[in-house]
Amino acid sequence: MSLAVSVRDLTRRFGDFTAVDRVSFDVEDGRIFGFLGPNGAGKTTTIRMLIGLLVPTSGEGHVDGLDIRTESEAIKLRIGYMSQLFSLYGDLTVDENIRFFAGLYGVTGERLARRRAEVLAMAGLEAEHDRLTADLPLGFKQRLALGCAVIHEPPLLFLDEPTSGVDPVSRRAFWDLIYGLADRGTTVFVSTHYMEEAEYCHRLALMNRGRVIALDTPAALRALMTEPLLEITTDHGPAVAQLLQGAPGVIEAAMFGREVHVMVEDADAAARDLPALLAARGHRVHGVQPVRPSLEDVFVALVRREGGAVAG
Amino acid sequence: MPVSAAVGVRGLTRRFGAHPAVDGLTFAVAAGTLFGLVGPDGAGKTTTLRMLAGVLRPTAGEISVGGVDVVKDPEGSKHHVAYMPQRFGLYNDLTVRENLDFYADLYQVPKADRPARLERLYRFSNLGPFAARLAGRLSGGMKQKLALSCALVHQPEILLLDEPTFGVDPISRRDLWLILHDMVGAGVTVVVSTAYMDEAERCDTVALLERGRVVALDTPEALQRGLPVRMEAVRTADPRRAAALLATAPGVRRAALFGDVVHVSLEGGDGNFEPAGAALAGAGIAVLDHHEIVPSLEDVFIEMTGAQAHGAAAHRGAA
Amino acid sequence: MRNALSLGRLLAVSRKEVLHLRRDRRSLGLAFVLPAIMVLAFGWVISFDIRHIKMAVYDEDRSQASRALVDAFTSSSYFVVTGHLDRYGDAEPLLDRGAVRLVLVIPPRFQARLSGGGPAPVQALVDGSDANTATIALAYARGIVTAYASRAVLGARRVAPPVRAETRVWYNEELKSSNMIVPGLIAVVMMIIAAMLTSLTIAKEWERGTMEQLASTPVHPVEVVFGKLLPYLGIGMIDVLVTGFIGDVIFAVPFRGSFLFFVGASFFFLVGALGIGLAISAATKSQMLAIQVAMVATYLPSFLLSGFMFDVANMPTALQAIALFVPARYFITAVRGIFLKGVGPEVLWPYGLGMILFGIAGLTLATRAFKKEIG
Repeated sequence: MSLAVSVRDLTRRFGDFTAVDRVSFDVEDGRIFGFLGPNGAGKTTTIRMLIGLLVPTSGEGHVDGLDIRTESEAIKLRIGYMSQLFSLYGDLTVDENIRFFAGLYGVTGERLARRRAEVLAMAGLEAEHDRLTADLPLGFKQRLALGCAVIHEPPLLFLDEPTSGVDPVSRRAFWDLIYGLADRGTTVFVSTHYMEEAEYCHRLALMNRGRVIALDTPAALRALMTEPLLEITTDHGPAVAQLLQGAPGVIEAAMFGREVHVMVEDADAAARDLPALLAARGHRVHGVQPVRPSLEDVFVALVRREGGAVAG
Repeated sequence: MPVSAAVGVRGLTRRFGAHPAVDGLTFAVAAGTLFGLVGPDGAGKTTTLRMLAGVLRPTAGEISVGGVDVVKDPEGSKHHVAYMPQRFGLYNDLTVRENLDFYADLYQVPKADRPARLERLYRFSNLGPFAARLAGRLSGGMKQKLALSCALVHQPEILLLDEPTFGVDPISRRDLWLILHDMVGAGVTVVVSTAYMDEAERCDTVALLERGRVVALDTPEALQRGLPVRMEAVRTADPRRAAALLATAPGVRRAALFGDVVHVSLEGGDGNFEPAGAALAGAGIAVLDHHEIVPSLEDVFIEMTGAQAHGAAAHRGAA
Repeated sequence: MRNALSLGRLLAVSRKEVLHLRRDRRSLGLAFVLPAIMVLAFGWVISFDIRHIKMAVYDEDRSQASRALVDAFTSSSYFVVTGHLDRYGDAEPLLDRGAVRLVLVIPPRFQARLSGGGPAPVQALVDGSDANTATIALAYARGIVTAYASRAVLGARRVAPPVRAETRVWYNEELKSSNMIVPGLIAVVMMIIAAMLTSLTIAKEWERGTMEQLASTPVHPVEVVFGKLLPYLGIGMIDVLVTGFIGDVIFAVPFRGSFLFFVGASFFFLVGALGIGLAISAATKSQMLAIQVAMVATYLPSFLLSGFMFDVANMPTALQAIALFVPARYFITAVRGIFLKGVGPEVLWPYGLGMILFGIAGLTLATRAFKKEIG
């Protein structure tokens, strides 16, 4: 089992602002590694350092065995990169975009013909190959961008927030594609702020304010949250959430859809006491049940545990 | 449109060239409620909000905001409306305080009222200590709070927000929604657009948009309970394979992976999981748990749009 | 139905613009430093006055009269004699090398012919490769020779010539080019402020996305245009006064006319120029496009076709026709009049009126061009 990516104490400062703060992690070959956190957490900066677009202030990293400081040009040949804003040219057709990226990576002749067919199939654009890219719906642009990023069949793929704004169906279809690539041995490094997508990854790093605050499989991360989580169904979720925030025995109360998720110290005591407390204030409780924490709950709990609000 | 509606549109259409970004929208928002325009990128949410805010002229249709016909008189409604566009109308080279003062001036908030209002805004946004900081130096969550504060400084009756939580951290997202609920509680009418389905569930009424058309319009609860299918959440040891298998299993209409759980919608009014369960067992995938769930709004969206995962032909009409 | 105009909102826009300007180094530099540099540069570096032209002398006569002629050249500030030649053939290499621009050749028997009353020719060899300088050098040389000739003849015969041309240059006796350039510079500087600064401001808001929210507020287009105009008007007037001051003090350009009229005409011209800049900004909605349009539509015509440096009357008819529509042209004529001719409204009132109309036109254009609408 070799490491596709290995990073130690990677740091990047901009003036007196530390965007990435001593980040360390490893990514195994052929796995999907997720980088989770809100905007400004340092995800894009970290990716940029790994693919050689930005020089680290300190620390070290290796991608496919190559040093990110000294061998970044060699790294670029071994990776595919899909940036947040999709690097496709709107005024080129689908075919022209494919040929352009193929040209950049030296994919020619027979290999080009084969890869072109594969990418068009992957994106579902066989019939649309001479359509202007700008005219495609977002979900298809995204798949095309992915195709262009892997036109040269790189062993490593870096995706920076690839599913922002895309509809739920296309998002899932996109993840199917990523799984397909991982199955064929590509190592995928993906950053996202959609907490639920984190569950699709084999391993995760939760990032906040430049630091990695947790690093493990989704299941293990969920287990990190030892405090019990209860789901309370009422008629007036927001009012109830506000009431419960700060109530005795309650660590955190927040809306989750229309339900209220309450992190408590003692599940049994809470299940007993909270409905009574709410009833006294005129809120009928339709149900109280323990639920598995979502990764969002984990994220919020970890951040609160660190004692800080997220923003600064 | 009902007289009591704070915001109403009928047959609202906007074309860009030949392409209809918004196509015949009709809905009404009752005063003091939270209305969600829900849909993915390209659904027409931003275009709709811009027309409601009077900064984009419709190709056809009627718009009424706060009793004013916005098509005939776009300026008439602006005093009572606050609009928070997706790009935040913040001036990065002005401080927090200077941004707030500017919007207060634009809406002619009386000088006497300002100290108290700013105080309140600082309190709920926690921006007080940063009043002298340049807006460009704030984090994403704080910019969002500042943008919202600027929108609220003149105490509007109607609040229009375009994807206010896009890309913002979960804690700030939760904070923002608490603020929105507070506003609604105080009688403000809030129209908010979002691509996050879970946020949509917090609205009083939602309009699901897809490619410029309303696909569904009702309370989230009605939409969720109104799906004529039985939905189950299935947990297995191998969620991905299970999802792929269940998608084509007998008795299953649709299967979608939600994290590590598969949501399956079963055929028939009281569908049976047995055949699907057998298929899983046959493939050697152990089922850890399965139980009925109330479909989430995302499930509703997937059911209703029935979008094809592959084949752009289905989208030919869009552009 | 537009909202009623509100001074409060207008001033809010102005206040914000001032804050932006204070924090933008580039704009500040453009607004204050560039005009000052331009005045100094144009005043000192560019000069149509030719002085200290290098010349050589080949005097075959070596008489008192020929020496007197050479003295006439040396004592004028126009020429400086760098060498005396021994042979005629030495002249050509000097001219080839560009070591001298002009060679004065005095043939033998110059003094003898002069006292004999007959014509006493002298030859001037001129380097014609720079036609401008050559023409001027030749003109100076002829002038000196003619003056010398008159003195020589009259001194000898004590007879008045039949016609004596007395030339007097009005307004700019020394024909100092800085006197011509500096007043025109004021106009060019104003065009820069308008072309570069105001053309950016509205477009910047469209590009940054802040205009979307601004459009959703009750602000009136007039409030936005006038509100943004005010700070640049202030900067512009300061620049006008500074430019005029530098011209007066450092370059000794005389100011003979009415100061009030000068300020008034500048004010309205500035308003018009700023209005055009704002109109361009509002119409293009793109900073890059705005600045290019501003350069072509305002800055270049003002520089080339306004009579600032190049005389319009000498230009091809087509360009003269275009020049009719360059507002800076009329402004420069008026300003030169005020500075150098000492005239005021009694003569220049049509220009004053023109400036006022230009100001109104600029503002109207800007207000019309600015739309509170996306797409």
